[in-house]
Amino acid sequence: MTVSIIIKALLYVLLAPFVGGLLSGIDRVFSARMQGRQGPPVFQPFYDVYKLLNKQTTVVNGIQVLFVTAYLIFTVFTGALFFAGGDMLLVFFALSMSEVMMVLAAFSTNGPYSIMGAQRELLQMMCYEPMTLLVAIGFYYANGSFMVNDLIHASVPAIVQIPGFFIGFVFILIIKLRKSPFDLSTSHHMHQEMVKGLTTDLSGGNLARVEIAEWYDTVLMMGIVGMFFITNNPISILWAVIACSVVFFLETLIDNLFPRVKYITMLKVTWAVILVFAGTNLLILNVLK
Amino acid sequence: MKGANTLANILNVVNFLILFPFIMAIIIGLLKKASPLRSAVIIIGGFTIMAAAIYVAVNVLLSGNKADFVYLENTELHNHIVVALEVFLMVLVCFLSIKYKKFYAIIFSLVGTIPVLWMDLTGRAVEGLNHIRIDTFAAVMYLIVGVVGILICIYASGYMKDYHHHHTDVQDRSNYFLALMFVFLGAMFGLISSDNLGFIYFFWEITSVCSFLMIGYTRTQEAVDNSFRALWMNLLGGCGFAAGLIYCNLFLGIANLSQLTGSAATSKFVIVPVTLFAFAALTKSAQFPFSRWLLGAMVAPTPSSALLHSATMVKIGVYMLIRVSPLMYNTLTGIMITVIGGFTFFAASLLAITVSDGKKVLAYSTISNLGLITACAGTGTTEGVWAAVMLVLFHAVSKSLLFQTVGDIENCMHSRDIEDMHGLIIKLPRLAFIMMIGICGMFMAPFGMLVSKWAALKAFVDSGSVWLVIFLVFGSGSTLFYWAKWLGKICTVIHQSFELEDITPRSEMVSIFPLTSMIVIMCFAFPWMSTHMIQPILDEAFHTNIPDVIGGSDVIIMMIMVAMIFMIPIGSRILAIGKNSKMTMSYVAGVNAGDDRHYIDSFGKERALYMSNWYMDEIFGEKKLLLPCIIVSAVLVAVMLIIVVGGAF
Amino acid sequence: MKISKSPWVLHYDGSSCNGCDIEVLATMTPLYDVERFGIINTGNPKHADVLLLTGGINAQTAPVVRQLYNMMPDPKVVVACGICACDGGIFKECYNILGGADKVVPVDVYVPGCAVRPEALIQGVVKAVGILEEKRKKLKESMKAGYCTVDYSKMAVHMTADDYDPSTQYDAILTEEALREQAEEKMKSTAKPAPKPAAPADNSGKGDNA
Repeated sequence: MTVSIIIKALLYVLLAPFVGGLLSGIDRVFSARMQGRQGPPVFQPFYDVYKLLNKQTTVVNGIQVLFVTAYLIFTVFTGALFFAGGDMLLVFFALSMSEVMMVLAAFSTNGPYSIMGAQRELLQMMCYEPMTLLVAIGFYYANGSFMVNDLIHASVPAIVQIPGFFIGFVFILIIKLRKSPFDLSTSHHMHQEMVKGLTTDLSGGNLARVEIAEWYDTVLMMGIVGMFFITNNPISILWAVIACSVVFFLETLIDNLFPRVKYITMLKVTWAVILVFAGTNLLILNVLK
Repeated sequence: MKGANTLANILNVVNFLILFPFIMAIIIGLLKKASPLRSAVIIIGGFTIMAAAIYVAVNVLLSGNKADFVYLENTELHNHIVVALEVFLMVLVCFLSIKYKKFYAIIFSLVGTIPVLWMDLTGRAVEGLNHIRIDTFAAVMYLIVGVVGILICIYASGYMKDYHHHHTDVQDRSNYFLALMFVFLGAMFGLISSDNLGFIYFFWEITSVCSFLMIGYTRTQEAVDNSFRALWMNLLGGCGFAAGLIYCNLFLGIANLSQLTGSAATSKFVIVPVTLFAFAALTKSAQFPFSRWLLGAMVAPTPSSALLHSATMVKIGVYMLIRVSPLMYNTLTGIMITVIGGFTFFAASLLAITVSDGKKVLAYSTISNLGLITACAGTGTTEGVWAAVMLVLFHAVSKSLLFQTVGDIENCMHSRDIEDMHGLIIKLPRLAFIMMIGICGMFMAPFGMLVSKWAALKAFVDSGSVWLVIFLVFGSGSTLFYWAKWLGKICTVIHQSFELEDITPRSEMVSIFPLTSMIVIMCFAFPWMSTHMIQPILDEAFHTNIPDVIGGSDVIIMMIMVAMIFMIPIGSRILAIGKNSKMTMSYVAGVNAGDDRHYIDSFGKERALYMSNWYMDEIFGEKKLLLPCIIVSAVLVAVMLIIVVGGAF
Repeated sequence: MKISKSPWVLHYDGSSCNGCDIEVLATMTPLYDVERFGIINTGNPKHADVLLLTGGINAQTAPVVRQLYNMMPDPKVVVACGICACDGGIFKECYNILGGADKVVPVDVYVPGCAVRPEALIQGVVKAVGILEEKRKKLKESMKAGYCTVDYSKMAVHMTADDYDPSTQYDAILTEEALREQAEEKMKSTAKPAPKPAAPADNSGKGDNA
């Protein structure tokens, strides 16, 4: 029992950066093709991280690196917890802790763009936190357990019972994966109004760690998307992979279609979507139980 | 070993705990000036009380049969004293109301006291069984009041000296203030030990009057107004309590709280006094629509905010709610209480985003957390009570620590505005570090508050209340926002700012360090606490054996997380991560003037750069949200009272 | 792997007429698509490897260019785009134009043109990226002996930092270290050793709140 847990966690820790980097590269190639250009090679994110690791790390103060390291470690821990079959609520709580570490790294620099990016990141967290907690609750209603271990052995795919939660989750994934229109705090696009927001005062090896942590995070998010489709039946894994691909493509498409919105729009729209879709679904589930 | 001797000892200690603080109050009241003698009296007396409280609590917790600790069948003398003191309180309130021309308070006081006196004096009150009962929940509260409360009193003795040093316009009546703190402690011990509803009501009123007197300490117009607002709201709750008390005695023949909670199945009219007690609890714990008094109470000196308005007095309200929680299961009252609690949790956390006064943020946070506890208690399930008690424990420790630290920061920096705490980690590193632990203890995994919130979420999900789940998840997000932005403000490293002189006196450190360590230790100790302190409470409250609420594997994960939080900084220091980095300026679009705090504008002139926090005042501000919240919650409370109480007649 | 596969670019306009800037931005468009080479236009010197300068630098932008250059982590290269950045172009005689980017920072590649054509620019950037790779190798060797800066003067294709004499230039050209020293002296002179309420000195003007 514990051996399989350790193996799953280890697999995640070792393989997720590669999968995440590949996803990131595919995303850039998709975007480029949508814009009618050739785009970078698919392995470009790995070249980027390699370059960053070979650059000098410049810092603004002594604790920045500590916070970013904590962010990376906690993100890895959270993902490992999820893939090893742990408690979903705890996964999301730990995720918010790692994000707060990143925010503190940006706050500590005392740079205007960093601090504004950090506060926008907190606002983004305020926007998506209800949905992530609701996803865990939705799974509990659908399958009676918070533990990922039990949820992947369900008989019916969760999407059948909690479609509203799925829509809500895909919606806030826009925020989580830092896509337009909700990439207020930091973005992979070029020139920003806040320069690079959260990551403005990070460089070199520090920035590389942030990139790697984002890969782990992406894999974790895709894992959660896939969990809506996984059942006892091994074929369901195929469905899960297809679903992840569709969602990922959708996110890239949305990224290329919409410009960034004002923060108040993000707040209103996100909370409205969460209330309408997840809230209604919750109500229906409650009535049916 | 166990047996009559220990039981008798404990009764003596309990009597001591209730009466000795009053004696101490008199002694302190006589020592007018701040002097080593007064500090010594407070410290020695305080530690004696703490030792006594721990003695009682440990004995009760470790004993096998919790039903042993009941006392006081014959209470002739006690009843007379209680009646006399109640009259005294009523006269005091009327006198002060007339003096300050706030006549409405007189009405509440009279309505609350005279019917109860009539009932006592005309012999209509039911005699009831034992008047004192120490069960596990009482023992836990003993620990909270005895440890946290005493630490705050010790803190206060040093704080008042500095306070009057800075606030020369306030008349130095610190002996009176400190005496009141001990009166309050005595009342607290009395309340949690009491099983007789009349006694509970008496001590309840004492705490209301204490709060009223302490808020009005500075005697400014604002303080007087706020103290009377606190008074009328608390007295209104007291009237509700009195109504419940009279109903219990006259219509149900019940005089003991344990009889009330044990009689769930016997009478369907039990819900009426439960609703009235819940109403009283709502006012005491500053839920919407009764929240304004707690915000106004922040004008009082910090020790009163720490002691009364975060750690202990407001806990009395939720104490009552937790006591009657099993009775609220599946009733309209339970549903309304959970909705009000959840609504308060969410609304107060939104309002906390918009204020920049440190104490006000802490006040809103207190209201918000009390809302969560209220909602948990209102579900009436075992997980709900589990979560509620855990929240009470962790909140008492964390919040009192935060209030004390903010008070110290105010003494050192003459400002408690969050904006002035920018870069605190360099200016006042020790206080900043303590503040970081306190804030993390309030919202971050794996600290206690998060564990409790997690249990609360599980409780709500099982209770089937959609509203509650939605309030909790949305409130969770906004809670994160205001704590994390405060935390970030403190962690900002401003180059070339220098450390301020930390004038925190040692007596305050005596209080702050234990609290900080307690937060940390309680993270590690929470599984032990759950098994030995909270499970028994559940067993006694629900009269059955309840299985563990948070499972074994989760506990292991949380321990790993706590360990990581402490190992990462130490490990980084050892591995020298980040040692080879080059220091550079922060990026200000290329026009950084060199010190990270000024930039060069387009005319070549150097300008100051100031980073403020984000308050979103125009969206969630008090002007926009407060009135609608009060109206909505007032409607809910009115509906609850009308349906339940009116329906019984 | 080579770090030349991912050169991130910072583009700064040091008083150009914007013609070269438009050409620089044109290379980012789908028609010329420099992202094929992994080039991303970051707006942040701390993330950038290549500094693209346009315009003959004037007194107002000179300290900014210097600050941006100093903020970029090593290894880094500078590409002067357009004839104005190379030596001042047609504005060379103006009273405020310093006469090219190499008056302020050591330049590695000069790409003349008025305005510089995207194809030429791409060729220049590719050349710069090759220089970047060589600098990185040298950096690695020097880092084995503890951290020390590389002598870039020998790496430039044309004029070097050695030829730059601050005394002959307009004042207000400051290095990052000099700025820090200035700031520290100012703090020391106004420092109050006694305990004092610390109303932050940066309180005289509130920043933008988004």
